Amino acid sequence: MKSVLVVDDSSTTRSLITSMLEDIGGIDVFEASSGFEALKILPRRPFDLVVTDINMPDINGFELVSFVKNNEKYKNIPVIFISTERNEGEINKGMSLGAFAYITKPFNTEEFHGIVKKALSL
Amino acid sequence: MKTSKKDFIVEAEEIIESVNNSLLDLQGGFNPETLNSVFRGIHTLKGLSGLFGLKGITDLSHTLESLLDDLRLGRLELTDDVINFVFSNIDILKNIISQVSEEKQVDDVSDTIKEIESFRKASDTKSKEISLEGFGISPSILNVLSNYEEHRLKTNIKEGNGLYLIKAIFNLTEFAPGLEALNSNLKNLGELIATLPISEGISEGSIGFKLLLGSPMNTDDIKSKVGTADVEVISQLKKAAESKPSPLTSRPREVSLKSSTNTVRVDIEKLDTILDTVSELVLAKGAVIRIGQELAESVGFISLTLDVHKISQTLDRKLAELQEYLLDLRMVPFSQIFTRLVQVIRRYSREAGKEIDIEIYGEDTKIDKQLAEEIIDPLIHLIRNAVDHGIEPKDKRLMLGKKERGTVTLKAFPEGNKVVIMVQDDGAGLDTDKILRKAIERQMVPENQMLERKEIFDLIFVPGLSTKTEASEVSGRGVGMDIVKEKITSLGGFVDIESEPGKGTTFNLTLPITLAIIKALIIQVASDRFAVPLTSVAETFFVEREKIQTIEGREVIERRGEMLPLLRVADVFKLKESPTDDYFAVVIGFGSRRIGLLVDNLLDQTEVVIRPIGECLKNIRGLGGAAEIGRHEIVLVLDVENMMEEAFTRKKVNRAALDA
Repeated sequence: MKSVLVVDDSSTTRSLITSMLEDIGGIDVFEASSGFEALKILPRRPFDLVVTDINMPDINGFELVSFVKNNEKYKNIPVIFISTERNEGEINKGMSLGAFAYITKPFNTEEFHGIVKKALSL
Repeated sequence: MKTSKKDFIVEAEEIIESVNNSLLDLQGGFNPETLNSVFRGIHTLKGLSGLFGLKGITDLSHTLESLLDDLRLGRLELTDDVINFVFSNIDILKNIISQVSEEKQVDDVSDTIKEIESFRKASDTKSKEISLEGFGISPSILNVLSNYEEHRLKTNIKEGNGLYLIKAIFNLTEFAPGLEALNSNLKNLGELIATLPISEGISEGSIGFKLLLGSPMNTDDIKSKVGTADVEVISQLKKAAESKPSPLTSRPREVSLKSSTNTVRVDIEKLDTILDTVSELVLAKGAVIRIGQELAESVGFISLTLDVHKISQTLDRKLAELQEYLLDLRMVPFSQIFTRLVQVIRRYSREAGKEIDIEIYGEDTKIDKQLAEEIIDPLIHLIRNAVDHGIEPKDKRLMLGKKERGTVTLKAFPEGNKVVIMVQDDGAGLDTDKILRKAIERQMVPENQMLERKEIFDLIFVPGLSTKTEASEVSGRGVGMDIVKEKITSLGGFVDIESEPGKGTTFNLTLPITLAIIKALIIQVASDRFAVPLTSVAETFFVEREKIQTIEGREVIERRGEMLPLLRVADVFKLKESPTDDYFAVVIGFGSRRIGLLVDNLLDQTEVVIRPIGECLKNIRGLGGAAEIGRHEIVLVLDVENMMEEAFTRKKVNRAALDA
């Protein structure tokens, strides 16, 4: 069983991503509605993947991922950004923080499944 | 898939509502955080609708998002016109969402999108961006800032604010309360630009945060305000930037933020805490006065008595001053409320297709900030009614010989220690026949009951009575007049209606100027004492038993040539009346809605802090709270509005039907 943390401030987007992940099978999904909540959930179990939005109040996705990638305990967890922002600069910013992938919304299920499976080495 | 379109509709509607509220707030004054929350709402809606393949919503919210992005990044100035434009497009978005929800054909949005795009182009005032290089901000910070955070950082630099990096370490499992406290502290010092979680150099079980703050305060002030947290100065405050504004800082909306150098914004909750403390002190002062009196009674006026007397006088005066200052700090002018209401009127009149002039009086009248926030919704409701049901359509007005455009008048004026807010329209007036018919139909009033005009007006406040059979787009949103009245009553106020057929309707809301400490009259009924808010008392007078008359089953007394209805407080609470021959009448209410409360004795006038009453007494009619008076004695506070209702509806309206 793999553990995945989904971070997004929209509850509908969260549950949509969750159900897409659960469709893959063998994945335990945890949801956080903000960067703060993600920081609280992260230490609770060894996560295999973090899927996060970028534009969120308080702590944005970049700030969260920078924290993850600079932390000895978490730095090997792959991170996937999901954002509506298609701007080249933003994508580069995300990737240079060490993200595994940057998916722009809207996206199709197959594309998403493919990237997730690769990140989880399934 | 478990996530359905229904979830989308629910969240989309929530977003629209919160965006509309934020836009209303922005009309009251610019705030970058509020503007950003509008952007974020539309941004989320775009992403969300994309995931559900709702192209119309995605495209429209995408275009709107670009406009909002221009606004929040300062490329475009936020004026009232822009806000109205955004409002109208949010309405279109809202319409499409309901079309999706009703599974109807969705409107074509391509024209709307073109309109937004040309609006963006027409008002393009792109300002020169400044570079963040050379400010010594570490790349580890710059690399994680969102566009918006970057823009706010630049704005703070442009304004000559100091940049500070505050580092704080918290326990990993319990960091939220500590961080929130620090954040709200920092928000009082300036703008919290970004929050960055860090783990380097932090021990296990802990988490660190770097908080980027832009502030017009100097380093020493910041350091003294943040307690134990570590402050790193990125760039010093540049006072010079303030005296000679560069061309970059000439945007008026942002310059206004700069003026806060010798102004501190304070959370109203903090003021409340201070007021609470002062209230406790007022009680203590009461005790000191009482001790002085007791001392005088027991040992006479020895020098100790005089000292106590003197000190209690000083306390009395100084506390009164302190209270006055504090209350004044909470006051805001009505212009703040009125600007928001004017926008609401414009919006609703546009939606209803009616042309309406707005007249405003008394914008300088002041009201407690908290009260101002509380009465905004009831006022919006009254305005909706005026626009929708009050003002007639243009052709009908012309036919009636009225001027083509309707008028809505908003007026605020102080009246003693109360404030009156008037919402007036020159429309059709209340239809008393229709209201009465409805009330009889719904068994709220027995048939063949003769009611006075005023009493019929008051029926519109009864839950479940709506005169409009079909809910209209503008006002049929489920908030009834009963909610309006409930709200005003809960704030210690009254609603009074005047209406003339063909001429219009006026709602007068009378409210206390502030919610905090009130003066109360302590009365005695049988062996019990009660407090009556002095703001509600018009006068008191002595009543001889034989002067009381009975007309139509009601007790009344002649007062200055008019009949004043009486209500025995003892009857209301089923208390045993003392076998006294004479009473006092405490007159409450205004104008034609006045009654005299019959009480056994008037005891004292004192300052009290009204506290809510416990669950067990909550459902007793006529009680508004409890208050402590000297000697730790608790008295119950009469709910004056409720008492009046009791008096006016007692005999005539079928109580049982109302309560059912």
